[in-house]
Amino acid sequence: MAFLQTSKTRAERYDVVVVGSGAAGGMAALTLAKAGAKVLMLEAGRKYDPVTETPMFQSNADAPLRGANTPDKPYGFFDATIGGWVVKGEPYTVKSKTTDQWQDGTFAKRDATDQNFMWWRSRMLGGRTNHWGRVSLRMGPDDFKPRSTDGLGFDWPISYDDIKPFYDRTDRIVGIFGSKEGLRNDPDSDFFLPPPKPRAYELLFQRGSKKLGIPVFSSRVAVLTKPMPGRAPCFYATPCSRGCGIGAAFQSTTSLIPCALETGNLDVITNAHVREVTLDAQGRANGVHFFDKETGKEEHVAARAVVLGASACESARILFNSRTARFSQGLGNSTGHLGRWLTDSTAGDMSGQIPALENMPLHNEDGVSFPHLYAPWSEVQAKSAKAAGSPRGYYTTFGGGRRMPGGSVSLGPNSGGLFGTKLKEDARRYFGSFVSAAGRGEMVPNEHCFAELDPVKKDRFGIPVLRFHWKWNAYEVRQVEHMQKTFAEMIEAAGGKITRQPIKDATSVMTAGGSVNHEMGVARMSAKPEDGVTNPFSGVWDCPNVVVADAGVFASSPYKNPTLTIMALAMRACEHLHAGVKDGSIAAPA
Amino acid sequence: MASALDITAFAADDIRGIGTDPNLLKKEIPWPRVLSDGEKRIVTALGDIIIPADQYGPAASAVGVPDFIDEWVSAPYEAQQDDLKVIRAGLAWVDGEAKKRFGKGFADCGAAQQVAIVEDIVKDGTPARKVGYNFFKLFRDRVAGGYFSTQEGWKAIGYTGNMPLSEFPGPTPEALKHVGLA
Repeated sequence: MAFLQTSKTRAERYDVVVVGSGAAGGMAALTLAKAGAKVLMLEAGRKYDPVTETPMFQSNADAPLRGANTPDKPYGFFDATIGGWVVKGEPYTVKSKTTDQWQDGTFAKRDATDQNFMWWRSRMLGGRTNHWGRVSLRMGPDDFKPRSTDGLGFDWPISYDDIKPFYDRTDRIVGIFGSKEGLRNDPDSDFFLPPPKPRAYELLFQRGSKKLGIPVFSSRVAVLTKPMPGRAPCFYATPCSRGCGIGAAFQSTTSLIPCALETGNLDVITNAHVREVTLDAQGRANGVHFFDKETGKEEHVAARAVVLGASACESARILFNSRTARFSQGLGNSTGHLGRWLTDSTAGDMSGQIPALENMPLHNEDGVSFPHLYAPWSEVQAKSAKAAGSPRGYYTTFGGGRRMPGGSVSLGPNSGGLFGTKLKEDARRYFGSFVSAAGRGEMVPNEHCFAELDPVKKDRFGIPVLRFHWKWNAYEVRQVEHMQKTFAEMIEAAGGKITRQPIKDATSVMTAGGSVNHEMGVARMSAKPEDGVTNPFSGVWDCPNVVVADAGVFASSPYKNPTLTIMALAMRACEHLHAGVKDGSIAAPA
Repeated sequence: MASALDITAFAADDIRGIGTDPNLLKKEIPWPRVLSDGEKRIVTALGDIIIPADQYGPAASAVGVPDFIDEWVSAPYEAQQDDLKVIRAGLAWVDGEAKKRFGKGFADCGAAQQVAIVEDIVKDGTPARKVGYNFFKLFRDRVAGGYFSTQEGWKAIGYTGNMPLSEFPGPTPEALKHVGLA
């Protein structure tokens, strides 16, 4: 069992086919392989090895265009993504905001795009975990019961207590630093690794925000500050978005897939683009059809169960295309919820400059390349946000410090005609004194945000593609206004000057849906079949030996970044699937 | 559906760009450079006025910035192509201005003459500013970015990171004192 060179060398049949190799697929494969199932993982991108391919320590001068963003590498040359907003030959369609016409999704800047939706896809082993932000926040008790809490959105059919044991086990696999704070809706982990010390600008924000009544704590990030088996601790250098060749920053390719392969129960085929889940005469899943991208040929692989962990929308695309006479609108769509209730996190920010940080005595501020401190949603914020018509929370992180310079350097507030030795002096004086506060917030699901099959467009394999509908609710617009106002206050409380005024009406600055890369929903879990696509164990109501392991099952979209919860739910779902197929409580081909 | 697809057709149209899956460990510039020798001489001269050799470090040309500018404006992407238009026109204008004032091209002028032109561009209310300022700011920012992203530039600006550490020490006592947190 190992990486298969071609799709021809696979076994006749597997216990489970896992589609995808990132947070969902990686955790699913590890869970099932450890339980003893024979697993085949199908990844639509190529094989990728962070140990040999990660550009550790390269300066931006070692990259074309000083590492700048380009349509080929939208998050910069060194970013560990193959793909991005555009995957050639695999389009998706979106509405133009100005013309209201359907068009292919294109390379765009999230804050300046004409598209109402953007879809980030990573075609490589490990998927988006290779470059992700590593923010690892547990969802809290209220996050599973938003409708019961304030009448908006939808309750999950599970509670925090149901998922807590799986968070605990996931934390021990992933390795997360943080500090225990005893906050009710931001649960601690008993397995936090020691957090790194805060940077000077973060301490200024912490002190300033305290005056506003907003507590600032250690952030919770999946970077090792102590060694784990097969993974070295962080050495506080070289940006984590490039991937981590020493395995300190968690990614599926260093921390899940190798462990799954070690069991001897996992085969992996890369460049395998899945079209649909196939069903037997009894309506049970019995395998998947996929295209071998190396040969261009369509193949079928047989299995007793299927786990979709291809990312929320990609898994929905596969389910929509899994059509039979009985499931004419797609598998899982019997009650019309497939593709619906699509959400993303909101994003807002504010920038400023702190004079106290000018001419800072030289010291190394790299750290783990993510924020060392963060402000979870606080009571003070909740009160003023509610009054402003924004019901849901966001968390705040702070940017600043002397980071590795790229091809664009801020030269200070008097840069207009600057040149010569004075330019160097100003650049040095102001370097690291520019700060920002940024938020990621919860969106209330609404009926205008959904994905469906495009009625005409097909990908290069002839598979119908997704088209996206998107409209922010006023709740999110008010929330981004609240972010800007609060962040301006935080910057000023930290001793800084804001570089722009908070916007009064945020309608014009709302990012495109999907552009925060937190697509959730589209296959939400529900207590009853008529209310969703998946059951409380992430199995498809229509066909419970198909599990959705990614963020498709999220019934709501808390401000906690989804990756940690994806992994905990994937583990839970796959243990349930394995046990259920074994004892016959989940129907599967013999 | 089982027939083989033409899977090479999708690789052909970005042949001059970086591509979506470049070798990240090796810097390869696949596109041809577009600046002429004459343009490059102006880039070098103007770049060294923006970033001269001084007590903080070497001049822009000593660390390969002119080549970076050529690499940048030659890139096949829309953003860089837009810069090429502005920079190419700006270089021609600067050169014409030098010929008009001093009877020779910008790169052949003495340092004092070159600086005089730049000072006019950045001074409020001059005719030179009206025409040249936007070009100058864009060119200046590209030169500065090209410079400060080099090892020599790191020293000049005060970046001391990218060094492996066994522990992250946080701010030094002097730094904490500097920001009033000691």
